[in-house]
Amino acid sequence: MFKRKLIALAVALAFPGAALAQDADLAKIREEIRQLRGTYDQRIQVLEQRLKEAEANAGKAERSAAKAEPAATGTTARSGESAFNPAISLILQGTYANTSQDPNTFQITGFVPSGGEVGPPKRSFGLGETELTISGNIDPYFRGQLTVALTPENEAEIEEAYFQTLALGRGFSLKGGRFLSSIGYLNDIHQHAWDFQDAPLPYKAFLGNQLKEDGIQLKWVAPTPIFFELGAEVSSGSQFPGSDQNKNGAGGGTIFGHAGGDIGPSYAWRAGLSYLRTSPLNRAYEDMDSVGGAVTNSFTGKARMWIADAVLKWAPNGNASRTNFKLQGEYFRFTQDGAMTYNDTGGSAVFGAVTDSFNTDQSGWYAQGVWQFIPRWRVGYRYDQLRFETVSNGIVNNALGPTAADFPVLASHNPTRNTAMLDWSPSEFSRLRLQFASDNSRIGATDRQVILQYIYSLGAHAAHKF
Amino acid sequence: MNPNLKFLIGLTAWLVVQPALAALNIFACEPEWGALAKELAGDKASVYVATTALQDPHRIEARPSLIARARTADLVVCTGAELEIGWMPLVQTQSGNSRIQAGQPGYFEATRQLTLIEIPQQLDRSLGDIHAAGNPHVHLDPSNIARVAAALAERMVQLDPGETVQYRARAKAFLERWRQASTRWEKEGAPLKGLPIVVHHKNMSYLVRWLGMREVGTLEPKPGLPPTATHMSELLASLARDPAKAVVRAAYNEPRAAEWLSERAKIPAVTLPFTVGGSERAKDLFDLFDDTLSRLLAVQK
Repeated sequence: MFKRKLIALAVALAFPGAALAQDADLAKIREEIRQLRGTYDQRIQVLEQRLKEAEANAGKAERSAAKAEPAATGTTARSGESAFNPAISLILQGTYANTSQDPNTFQITGFVPSGGEVGPPKRSFGLGETELTISGNIDPYFRGQLTVALTPENEAEIEEAYFQTLALGRGFSLKGGRFLSSIGYLNDIHQHAWDFQDAPLPYKAFLGNQLKEDGIQLKWVAPTPIFFELGAEVSSGSQFPGSDQNKNGAGGGTIFGHAGGDIGPSYAWRAGLSYLRTSPLNRAYEDMDSVGGAVTNSFTGKARMWIADAVLKWAPNGNASRTNFKLQGEYFRFTQDGAMTYNDTGGSAVFGAVTDSFNTDQSGWYAQGVWQFIPRWRVGYRYDQLRFETVSNGIVNNALGPTAADFPVLASHNPTRNTAMLDWSPSEFSRLRLQFASDNSRIGATDRQVILQYIYSLGAHAAHKF
Repeated sequence: MNPNLKFLIGLTAWLVVQPALAALNIFACEPEWGALAKELAGDKASVYVATTALQDPHRIEARPSLIARARTADLVVCTGAELEIGWMPLVQTQSGNSRIQAGQPGYFEATRQLTLIEIPQQLDRSLGDIHAAGNPHVHLDPSNIARVAAALAERMVQLDPGETVQYRARAKAFLERWRQASTRWEKEGAPLKGLPIVVHHKNMSYLVRWLGMREVGTLEPKPGLPPTATHMSELLASLARDPAKAVVRAAYNEPRAAEWLSERAKIPAVTLPFTVGGSERAKDLFDLFDDTLSRLLAVQK
């Protein structure tokens, strides 16, 4: 009935010419519209009244929580296939580098090469790793994350791909897949969130930049007002200092403990101790003998590492927006016990394959401070050092075959490095950094590096670790 | 007994008993929700407040102390609407506490109880650090506090049903006192209607709306970005056409930009406590509103 009136009205409006309509008809329509308006006014008043009541009721404690939930109107309802898309974030990075030494000849003399890409960035313009992270809750019990690094060499590497439990409770959480190990302090922080363009020397020499393994991790947080967590990881142990072992069971493992807390409102700290053990099998690196012939050295045995780490952060009243300071340091002790095989059959073919005992006991540490002196601007300094200490190479010691000159990478050397940086972050999502380093990783040569770096983050807002 | 051993046993006993003393362990993300939880739960809960009034709630780190406190929490009370997105998700996953994960009754977001304003029409980071769900700084409107209080009390009942009568009685008493206070504040705040102000960050929008004030500019060029010289001089120029009566900032906002503008535009710089603990006087939610109003009214005189 209402519809018919509307049609009549529409027709009347649409065909004014055809409306030779009698005045009586028009008057009738006008009257009906007036009535309609009246009833609508009434209805609106009723609705307004109800709204007021609802609002008043909203202030009453008697309202049940069950009702409270659907009352949430703050978020718009989304539907469709895309509604459950995981969070996506992208990191864009690049560098411009000037180095006084050829980056292709980079080595950390005195230390078995860790196989990672530990050298300075290539000269001139270069792309850093582009990181794509996809993460989200899988269900009420699990969370998942994938981080793919697209390298400047146009390769895709799976940096991390893991699940993590949400519902174990009692402070326990389990992670499985490929993930950054929680040993030390810097290890489980993504490279783009570091305070310098590259890793400290002990990370480069002993962990190939960062330890990421395929395995599982169990962590437990103690129910104490002071933060205390214990964790253990078992893995295939295929990354340096381990190697692919092609055996059943775990090839490597770690245990670690971290403690932390606040000292007043302005200071926060965390300290930890970690232990790593793995059994590399024919872990090989390339070297050159005394006449320049290619040599492959492979190690089989046990590798152990201790890491002590500490970080102290300061911000006036805990408000880091204007100024803040961060002091961090880590100490590494790395020992290997086993046998080395020297093989020059692919080069000079003088000795063939020679095997004897190989034991090392080496250490390294770094300390760094980063100060945000005004909003957006930070300045930082890092000192790192590796200690050659003891390398007992049976092949050299038995004086029957290759000499120390046939192991140039293992020449006695204590690498040191000084690094200074200045960075500017226009917003939380962008950062430009200028870094100077004087690097004595190579024996007998100082590499002076100037690196300009950009880091941009797009997409989901990242939550950064302490 | 060996005194060291005694100490160790004592420490262990304390560690085991300590979290179990109060019925509800509440972890409040911001001081306003901590104060509200105290009002509603009284001695039925122990309340830990994760941040202070002098800290910017956007820029908190997932500090070890927060993870430790979240570990034993039965109920986490946060603002939500992505205000804590830079730290709370990490605290939740790192704590190993299944009760406080998103979607669990132990995770309460105040903004879920409210209709937010300033929902961005366009989501793009070129607009600054905007929140998709709307402006999350909801607590400076008394009616929002009342709504959150009602829902929070029911959440406490859900988690600790043994004390239902207590929670409801306390909530009823609080809401009655709050209603009376709100009426008084509205009367006292009447002269503020139409007062043009400049704010540091868009964290006063609900206060501005409630008191009918008029926001004529922000010190931040875009939400979350620190004030720049260019933007400040543009703002100063626009104030010449549309003058403001005061420049208002929260206790945690950096004072320099507000002081600069105050000097140039010859308007008073007002520092509001913003939340509980932001001034000497703002010791609880009632004091917070009393102090806020008296500081604003001082400008109008």
